[in-house]
Amino acid sequence: MKKATIYLEALTCPSCMQKIEGATKSLSGVDKESVKVLFNASKVKLIFDENQIDVADIERAITSMGYEVKKSQVTES
Amino acid sequence: MQRFILSKRNHIAAVSAVLIIIGFASELIFSYHPVALWALAIASVLGVFPIAIQAYQALKVKVISIDVLVTIAVIGAFLLQNFEESAIVTFLFLFGAYLEQRTLHRTRSAIRELTEMAPDRALKKMGNGSFEEVAIESVSVGDLLLVKTGAKVPVDGKVVYGSGYVNEASITGEAVPVGKQGKSPIFAGTIVENGTLTMIAERVGEDTTFGKIIELVEEAQDAKSEAERFIDSFSKYYTPAVLVFAALVWVFSQDVELAITMLVLGCPGALVIGVPVSHVAGIGNGARLGVLLKGSEVIHDFSKVDTMIFDKTGTLTMGKPVVSDVQVYTKNQEVLGYLASVEIESDHPLAQAIVTYLGKQQAYAVEHTQVVPGKGIAATVAGHRVVIGNRSLIHQEKILLPLQIQEDMDRYEQQGDSLVLTAVDGEVAILMGIRDQLRPGVKNDLLMLKRLGVKHMILLSGDHQGTVDHVGRELGLTETHGHMLPQDKADYIRKLQKQNRIVAFVGDGVNDSPSIALAQVGIAMGGGTDVAIETSDVVLMQSDFGRLPHALGLAQATARNMRQNIGIAVGVVLVLLFSLFFSDWMSMSVGMLVHEASILVVILNGMRLLRYRVREI
Repeated sequence: MKKATIYLEALTCPSCMQKIEGATKSLSGVDKESVKVLFNASKVKLIFDENQIDVADIERAITSMGYEVKKSQVTES
Repeated sequence: MQRFILSKRNHIAAVSAVLIIIGFASELIFSYHPVALWALAIASVLGVFPIAIQAYQALKVKVISIDVLVTIAVIGAFLLQNFEESAIVTFLFLFGAYLEQRTLHRTRSAIRELTEMAPDRALKKMGNGSFEEVAIESVSVGDLLLVKTGAKVPVDGKVVYGSGYVNEASITGEAVPVGKQGKSPIFAGTIVENGTLTMIAERVGEDTTFGKIIELVEEAQDAKSEAERFIDSFSKYYTPAVLVFAALVWVFSQDVELAITMLVLGCPGALVIGVPVSHVAGIGNGARLGVLLKGSEVIHDFSKVDTMIFDKTGTLTMGKPVVSDVQVYTKNQEVLGYLASVEIESDHPLAQAIVTYLGKQQAYAVEHTQVVPGKGIAATVAGHRVVIGNRSLIHQEKILLPLQIQEDMDRYEQQGDSLVLTAVDGEVAILMGIRDQLRPGVKNDLLMLKRLGVKHMILLSGDHQGTVDHVGRELGLTETHGHMLPQDKADYIRKLQKQNRIVAFVGDGVNDSPSIALAQVGIAMGGGTDVAIETSDVVLMQSDFGRLPHALGLAQATARNMRQNIGIAVGVVLVLLFSLFFSDWMSMSVGMLVHEASILVVILNGMRLLRYRVREI
């Protein structure tokens, strides 16, 4: 399991949070309990299984919702 | 394509503004209907695109967002050929989003300033022995890094080579540069003012002291209170409910226009954003002024505190004993040298205070040193027997205390002094009163707390009752209790909580952490230990007691601001719905205008908190 911190462009509407949460939680390999969307910090923190999913796939899921990903940081969880 | 349209949102808003002006102008001035119609129709189609895309994305993950309501309403108005309404509503929605983005940016500025202080590059020693600039992420524990004059220390670690002066204001708040050489610990985010250091990385990324401060602040601004969680789940059901309600209105009244107007009026805009905005502005203000409030639950509790309990040493006082009263009963100047020579060998805090007070003295050979635990020390200096200690050591040594000395001792003790007597060859030569000094300005700070509504101010300390009482009298505290162990302090807090008091505890050490955790609001002095900082709810970042009144005032102002914003948001929806049914001036675009205006009002109201300062006495 790895821990990812994904930096996004500034989030402005609270419904963005719900959307991003929905998009990331529906991915298999992402620990649903761990998903935290930080509205004010414009960050997503989550834990994922690197054997099932790549951080690039998670980024794609977020960008396809229309939110730009600035960068991601992956560390051992 | 979708992303292209979304990224051009603001341009679309501008274009549709122009089209709307053309439309209305041609209608008013030339009463030329077809142009007006076309301009407004194009503006509607253009404007609804980005909104509809967002609505579609939301629906894909089963979220009924505000975009969904607005899209349905606009499409409805368009089909009814009410192009004025559809054009103005889409424009206002897009323009509102733009203004929200701009103002939110301002609200978040305080915390952004903090995170931007984090270093992002480092000079790392590569395999070939040269130093190369790399991104901070590629620095790992054990790497050797070079930090030059003017650069930020990239990670936490130790100096291995070189020396210099480092400004540690970002960590300690102390702007005086600190000298660093071999083995000195240095911290990420601090700045090397002169000299060049080679360091070894020990903690990187979020593990560094600075990274932890940032993480605490970030988690705090997004940690939700009970009220916010309620609003969140409320809006999760509220928006679909508006949709259902509008559908019912349509079915029963057969009035499509009324139904789609309902959709716009029911938007929960200001309600969803009002509370987080006060919250982030309040926490941002604190972060900039050295007060870390951990989340909105904390703000809520802190604003209602009526009882504050203080630890003494290190909190109300400096935590460093200083010689404050001296009486010499002999003409023999050598005695001071004897005293200094004995005390310089001891690491007891009182001995160190005496050494600091005496300064440089004639040094004598000290023999047969004998430490009497809890009482003092005895030794032979230059052939004289020197006894240094408290009252009970003097009694034990059967040394006589003349009446005048006894009176001096009583007086010193009433002032809160710890006594140190020095006797040479069976006669008392010097009496010293040693006292921990109050932090400067602490009395004024307590007065300000009192004015902010703290009714009970209590001092709990492990120290002697006499010393504690003295501090209490001097500061005008309501209650003082000495001889308290950490366990006793915790029990005392429980007792007060049973009387329904809202208790805040202010302390600094590991020994205070049970009380900090137990009190409704635990306040840690930031220079203190990691344990105290992590278990606490509020951190006075620069260990500065003077921040406490600001912290309390800020919490109260933020709580007030949140209530105002909830009031504004709920009031707006109620007024809108009321006027929809009971007046005839309400329409979709007026509703949208009022909504967007109310969103800006709550954001601007929240921003006032960025400038909040507690009123000085």
